[in-house]
Amino acid sequence: MNNNKKSVASFEIFYYEYLNEKGELIGELPGALQNNPELWQKFYRYLVLNRIYDETAIKLQRTGQLGTYPPTQGQEAIGVGMGMAMHEDDIFVPYYREPGTHLTRGVKMEELYTFWGGDERGNNFTKGTRDLPDCIPIGTQSLHGAGIAMAMKLRKEKRAVVVSIGDGGTSQGNFYEAINFAGVHQLPLIFVINNNHWAISVPTELQTHAQTFAQKGIAAGVPGEQIDGNDIFAVYHHVRQAIDAAHQGKGPYIIEAITYRMGDHTTADDASRYRPGNELDENKDKDPIKRLRTFMAAQNLWNEAKEKALYAEVKAEVDAAVQKYLSNTAAPATDIFDYMYDTWPESYHEQRDEVIAYHGGEA
Amino acid sequence: MSAITLVEAVTQALAYELKHDKNVVLMGEDVGVNGGVFRATAGLQEKFGSDRVMDTPLAESMIAGVGIGMATQGMRPVCEIQFMGFIYPCVDQIINHAARLRNRTRGRLTCPMVIRAPFGGGIHAPEHHSESTEAIFAHMPGVRVVIPSSPARAYGLLLAAIRDPDPVIFLEPKRIYRLVKQEVPDDGKALPLDTCFVLREGTDITLITWGAMTHETMQVAEQLAHDGISAEVIDVATIKPLDTDSILQSVAKTGRCVIIHEAARTCGVGAEIAAQISEKALDRLHAPVLRVTGYDTVMPYYKQEDIFMPSVQRIRDSVDVALAY
Repeated sequence: MNNNKKSVASFEIFYYEYLNEKGELIGELPGALQNNPELWQKFYRYLVLNRIYDETAIKLQRTGQLGTYPPTQGQEAIGVGMGMAMHEDDIFVPYYREPGTHLTRGVKMEELYTFWGGDERGNNFTKGTRDLPDCIPIGTQSLHGAGIAMAMKLRKEKRAVVVSIGDGGTSQGNFYEAINFAGVHQLPLIFVINNNHWAISVPTELQTHAQTFAQKGIAAGVPGEQIDGNDIFAVYHHVRQAIDAAHQGKGPYIIEAITYRMGDHTTADDASRYRPGNELDENKDKDPIKRLRTFMAAQNLWNEAKEKALYAEVKAEVDAAVQKYLSNTAAPATDIFDYMYDTWPESYHEQRDEVIAYHGGEA
Repeated sequence: MSAITLVEAVTQALAYELKHDKNVVLMGEDVGVNGGVFRATAGLQEKFGSDRVMDTPLAESMIAGVGIGMATQGMRPVCEIQFMGFIYPCVDQIINHAARLRNRTRGRLTCPMVIRAPFGGGIHAPEHHSESTEAIFAHMPGVRVVIPSSPARAYGLLLAAIRDPDPVIFLEPKRIYRLVKQEVPDDGKALPLDTCFVLREGTDITLITWGAMTHETMQVAEQLAHDGISAEVIDVATIKPLDTDSILQSVAKTGRCVIIHEAARTCGVGAEIAAQISEKALDRLHAPVLRVTGYDTVMPYYKQEDIFMPSVQRIRDSVDVALAY
């Protein structure tokens, strides 16, 4: 026996799944999910809505009607499950591949198209929420989440923040700084790490040598766990559980949700350049939408007719959003100045006047 | 009322806003029990509690990013970066988020935060503790950059910065933190941002400067007065956005201008001021606009920092060139 050493810390990371890739339940469904077909069908509707929104965005981009767009195919269960697990007055701090969360939280679909269509007005969520808009600089949103959670704590509010971040994002200093700060102050902050296995073309084994992304919190004293991110039951239940614990003052939490990015990084990318041969096909079998449909069909809750009706309804909803997006009136040219500061500085007026001279607008 | 130093005026302004606006919180490294390495937050944690005056982990980018998050929810964080040499990890957060938040959400979210940092040379500090890189921030659309040069202006401008609905980089010239004392009533009255201050009126030449360099510049103006030359001294104070009108009015009156700043010359704020004058007042000039600045070198260690810093002599020599032209 060696008396010079003793164990001073250890950790364990648990993995959870409830609905496997074949659409079969593994054990019992937890909590509010049990015998809740209404909720399951709501999940399903949002998953389908997310997917058709996404496919439509790609089509719009390919036909020159939308800018560069990051597809979400394959990872809808994370976005939708996370959004539905949140309470209305929690705050969402996204990276840039979570339309499902925005939609479940009441952001209008046409606003999402407007944002990816190169128009800042898309971030002016008319619902009036203080959720943050999509964050493009990788990982930087982590700190905003920590700041918002700090504001909630200082104001003694029973609210929480959910930050979403990709696997690549967890390599950023800002991520570590945020979980460190959240640990120190035991903030009501939940990180959902969307591990889709790729950061553009860089695979997870080149991001970290850690066995899991969930354990990245351990060094900051922030507990975490891993879930099947294609199992919406797991996402919903574990995110809700972490939020409710945060509301009770139990501090921050990390959930690594494992999924797979079935599409390209963006419409400007071609994943076939770097994705190994049959990886995509293997992951198609894990599709989050397919497995929920299989499960509901086995429960006699779903059939071909319901599927057809839902798709028709959702397509009509997406089409209506596209029409609203495409009929956006042009923003006034002076908008580029008018939201820079509360009041455009006096000494810069000639710049604004110049734009009016070239493009029109009100002085 | 006793006279106070510039750094004490900073403390006085912070205390006033902490007392009168519950959304104001201070955060930074060593700002709590220790009261800040320059004592700018001395006694404030004791008075307002550790929820309002927070020691943070040692990560500057974190301080800025957390401040932004708080600001999006209507709080008014005042973040201290211990020295300007350590502010660069924050630049990502400032450029990519603080400066853009209002614009990219079309006003739905805003960022009413202040980042304070002591800056500048002349106190024989270690490496990385003496730089003047205000131009980096002045170049960024969406922020304000404010630099006080006296206790009264530190108090009034810091109050204005905290109350401003947009992000403000508030740079404190540490060389003059304790150089002069002045009576500063704690009346909560802010001074205007985006406005130059005329420190001395004159008719023969305009000397434009800010921060600690106002001190040497005023000494030169005194010398000039002895020699029968009337110099107007302008403290720019808000270097972004520039109060171009006040500068142009002065130059139109005097026809001669020397710009003095401690920062390196290339793309310094002096270049912007000179460009504005050349665009809008060329026909009023009797001499080229001259700059007296730090050099395009790394800030030397303290044994050689005096070579770098604009001196009374260097300023006077450039003034003489402008006057003789």
